Amino acid sequence: MTTSQALMPKTGIRYWPGRFVRGIGRFLKLMSRNKTGFVGFLLFLGFVLMTTVGTLLVPKVTSADITAIYEPPSKAHWLGTDSQGKDILSQIVHGGWDILQMALLTGIISTFIGVALGSLSALVGGGFDAFLTMLADIWLTIPRFPLLAVLATLVKLDNMLFLALLLSVLSWAGLYRSIRAQVFSIKERDYIEAATALDLGMWHIIFSEVLPNMLSYIAISFTFGMTSAIYAQVGLVFLGLVPLTRNWGVMINLAWTQGAIFFKDSVYFIMAPVTAIALFQLSIVWMSRSLEEIFNPRLRTG
Amino acid sequence: MNAGSGEYLIGARNLVRMFGSRRERVTAVEDVSFGIREGEVVCLVGESGCGKTTTGKMIAGLLKPTTGQVFYAGKSVWNPRGDRGEDFKKFRLGVQIIHQDPYASLNPSHTIYQIMSAPLLHHKLVANTHEALDRVIELLTTVGLSPVEDFLYKYPHQLSGGQRQRVSVARALTVNPRVIVADEAVSMVDVSIRVGLLNMMADLKRNLGVTYLFITHDLAVAKFFAWEGHIAVMYVGSIVEFASTPQLINNPLHPYSKALLAAVPEADPELTRSKARVELRSQDIPSLLALPSGCRFHPRCPYFEPGLCDVKRPELLPIGENRYVACHVAAREAGAVS
Repeated sequence: MTTSQALMPKTGIRYWPGRFVRGIGRFLKLMSRNKTGFVGFLLFLGFVLMTTVGTLLVPKVTSADITAIYEPPSKAHWLGTDSQGKDILSQIVHGGWDILQMALLTGIISTFIGVALGSLSALVGGGFDAFLTMLADIWLTIPRFPLLAVLATLVKLDNMLFLALLLSVLSWAGLYRSIRAQVFSIKERDYIEAATALDLGMWHIIFSEVLPNMLSYIAISFTFGMTSAIYAQVGLVFLGLVPLTRNWGVMINLAWTQGAIFFKDSVYFIMAPVTAIALFQLSIVWMSRSLEEIFNPRLRTG
Repeated sequence: MNAGSGEYLIGARNLVRMFGSRRERVTAVEDVSFGIREGEVVCLVGESGCGKTTTGKMIAGLLKPTTGQVFYAGKSVWNPRGDRGEDFKKFRLGVQIIHQDPYASLNPSHTIYQIMSAPLLHHKLVANTHEALDRVIELLTTVGLSPVEDFLYKYPHQLSGGQRQRVSVARALTVNPRVIVADEAVSMVDVSIRVGLLNMMADLKRNLGVTYLFITHDLAVAKFFAWEGHIAVMYVGSIVEFASTPQLINNPLHPYSKALLAAVPEADPELTRSKARVELRSQDIPSLLALPSGCRFHPRCPYFEPGLCDVKRPELLPIGENRYVACHVAAREAGAVS
């Protein structure tokens, strides 16, 4: 018994704060294995903090100040001011949460739809699979963004959850196809057959044998779902089709229509949201590298 | 052979398995019958594509036979409607399979401990994770993976092919199987590791009374592993000869068995020179889509008799104590009556 106790996994801390801290520690350790991924993770964390905690530190500017239009960056205005003399930094800080929340929501919903339908399709097979695959093929031929633009004129897209749902539904087919292909390949492997012979049950086979082998893929799809959702949303806002409160997309729209075409002074106004979006996207793409390593033990060496 | 009788622990009767759609059907296994006694080894030998693995999977219950029946402990595995019989659960755990490819048979995302504790905990063979760990340690030691702490929390990709194959065996042992179907279990392992692995598996037979269906294309391995058991020689979907290992090695009757034996290289040059040469008429294995008429072996057979072999299909006839051969010529010479 003594030797086996020494070999027991996860011995020691049993009360939850300790376990929680230990879990975070392990997560950070795994995240930091890939340098690029860790930088992406820190950047992502920075964006999340900026748009949540940051809003408490940077006051929201509501009134215009005509004496300070298009000021370059200074001590008072770190990123300069816009066409109405409002502080740009404040707008960046207050205008990001919308985008982040929507990106996360869309990522979660679209990944869920893709994974659920894809694995179900591959495992059930038959007519169900044939029908869904045909539907997906037709769906993939529909150009997503023009359809969104047309829809936006018909339906009022001012609800965040609704917009996320719409974006996810429109983008289900791609992930569905790849998850279906993955499950098809994995379910024929020998270790699935061994699990069948050991009578471990359908539940175990799906969640413990098939799913873990797709997790890194799913994590990456999730991040790409997020980035494409951001582009879609910003694009819609930029075209003025989605009347959301002032966020990065609206800022680009305003900067574009109110000055960027005419005044070179407005460069800070238009570049600030563009850079914010680009950096945020970059952070997600980089972070996906670490996620890949976390979920694929073969990539962890040493 | 009456595979369903209580004499045999596991057996097959008239197993047939076809693949493909109605338009293009391939018969991978046609009419295979044999039985294995408790604690015995039966080797299924034949060249690739002859239906060894398909037979093995049907014996392990992983493939449903198109027609025919599998018997386990005197009871049929599939009921008349083709569904799982009443004792299927007992059969399912009682017969385990070890795959050929040690790189594909272990889930790459689990540690060895996770792989082995899953069946223990799922079937409540142990009370808690502590007992599971004890049992995993015991089993890893049984299959010769010690010191266990070097393996418990490793991932499969960190182990060698031979070590992985040992883990596969240990995983099969978690549910205390009575029969192990070893499907080319050593053919993808380095030659230097092979004997150790075979000896370990032979120890399981001796100490735990495990019954084996040992599938291999290598007669030398069959001879080494199943000297006290039987060998069934398969050729394009059917058994052509069934005999005890010493009989088959020393005195093969079917021309295909003779050809297989002649192809085994001997270390002794004297022996090689004196060994009976078998001149096949053709080296080509027939396509499963266009099987030859009559005896499947007749286009290659040196004993071919026109008008008999290419017309009439030879049956697997008894020609002695637990010895069967499916050849018109060999059966006639052995004095069998059909």
